[in-house]
Amino acid sequence: MTGTGEHPNAIEVRGAVKHFGAITAVDGLDLDVRPGICLGLLGPNGAGKSTTMRLLTGQAIADSGELRVLGHELPGESKIARSKMGVVPQLDNLDVDVTVEDNLAVYARLYRVGDVAAAVERCLQISRLTDRRKEAVDKLSGGMRRRLLLARGLVHEPQLLLLDEPTVGLDPQIRTELWSLIDGLRARGKTILMSTHYIEEAERLADEVAMMHHGKIIARATPGELIRKHVGRETAEVYGPPDRLAELRALAESDGLRVRPAGPAIAIMGAERSANGTIPDDAVRRAATLEDVFVLLTGEEAE
Amino acid sequence: MSSEIGARRLEPAAIAGVMSREVANFRTYWRGTAFSSILEPIVYLLAFGLGLGATLVNGVDGLSYVEFVGTGMVATAVIFSSALPAMFGTFVKERFQNTYDAVLAAPVDPEELVTAEMLWIGLRAGFFGCFPLLIAMAFGLDPAWGMLLVPLFGFTTALGWAAFGIAVAASVAKIDQFNYVTTLVITPLFLVAGTFFPIDQLPEGFQVAANFNPLYQLVELVRGAAFGFEAVDLLRYASLVAFSLVLWRIAVSRMTKRLID
Repeated sequence: MTGTGEHPNAIEVRGAVKHFGAITAVDGLDLDVRPGICLGLLGPNGAGKSTTMRLLTGQAIADSGELRVLGHELPGESKIARSKMGVVPQLDNLDVDVTVEDNLAVYARLYRVGDVAAAVERCLQISRLTDRRKEAVDKLSGGMRRRLLLARGLVHEPQLLLLDEPTVGLDPQIRTELWSLIDGLRARGKTILMSTHYIEEAERLADEVAMMHHGKIIARATPGELIRKHVGRETAEVYGPPDRLAELRALAESDGLRVRPAGPAIAIMGAERSANGTIPDDAVRRAATLEDVFVLLTGEEAE
Repeated sequence: MSSEIGARRLEPAAIAGVMSREVANFRTYWRGTAFSSILEPIVYLLAFGLGLGATLVNGVDGLSYVEFVGTGMVATAVIFSSALPAMFGTFVKERFQNTYDAVLAAPVDPEELVTAEMLWIGLRAGFFGCFPLLIAMAFGLDPAWGMLLVPLFGFTTALGWAAFGIAVAASVAKIDQFNYVTTLVITPLFLVAGTFFPIDQLPEGFQVAANFNPLYQLVELVRGAAFGFEAVDLLRYASLVAFSLVLWRIAVSRMTKRLID
């Protein structure tokens, strides 16, 4: 039951399927998360990321497949698994009229922490809200609320942390702030599963990225490996009238290169392998990114 | 710490955790609850007891109208501080604040969540349900030892109404649909509970039906507590326990369906 020997992974999902009526949200998902890594679950909206998260917390029950969290089989042992894992939701669900410290204390009790006072102090430090502890949550700024939400998920010092779109809809400044906080957790060896549809978030924080599309993982590796394997080193972006872009696209494809639309432009991937003349002089050459991989594999433009 | 987690259903630690969340929130709004719990019976007693009692009704079944209404209003206070907060509170927490997502991500099961919410509302309504009795005493109702049981009667009934409110909240799609429930269920039961006029003046069909109204049973129990119990009161209390147990199971099943996909 403790799961370190036979089941070394923090998360193990085999062939999970979850239907909602006619919609198949998760469609034969396989997912392993080794202890100590931050895995970014990257996918467009509707890829099944949130359903995956809900399956892992026992708030959705898979129609078929096997799920194991920290060695505990779901849904039967979900409660024990939940007691060892922290969850930071996509939507802020703090108790807004209640003080910062009481918000933390309530969740320390819900997670059955032995020393509630010590847990509250620790989380106040993590969220840097010690001097605001007596204030009601609705008096806090958006960034402070997000830090508190994250700290609340750490109140019981979980072995595993689930972050569901941790920075969705936030100002760039708050996002950067939160990224530092998450990066700090990762550096201290916490196992993290983070769903996101922000490429940059995955690139910055994830040791490995699993791309999710139509309810399953379609590619998984470190960001660098994904880029090298699927798109190469360099991408060239060309702007121009549609006719010219169509012409250039055909030329590049005949040269064996992969091309994708990039807003008003086209992006020619693997530009370093191109024959002379395939890439026009006015193209902007840049290092290939995870976004190139993402769009290439999912066919959807990312944020 | 976690060795016992999940070993049994309805773990006290999980229930206490959920209730502690309610207590933390209640500390921010208890003044308003206390204010209306004190003022409302005063308003009713003035309007009905003094107005109606002084002009139209001399007394009911040998009681002064203030004694009659003052004891009857415990049931009013209990349903309005249990069913309505349960309906609105549950819906808001589930739908608008996403509170239950966070609670269920912790080692708490829907059954524990529902039970804890019921217990908290039951305790609160059991406490505030006694206020009409205290106010009526100020208007001349004589204290009696039996009244010490009124918090228990209020608590037991409130558990059932809290469960009713939770079940309703877990079943409606929109908050406006509460209007149907209030108009079709709560208001009629509250009016035909023997609070403001005795049931035995109604046509016989109503009298039989009133026996199935938990509020009527509560009204009779409180009057028993104030003016002397009868043997049938044991049966009345048993019926309230049964009411709350049945509604508890319904609330757990409705809420589990709503919360777990």
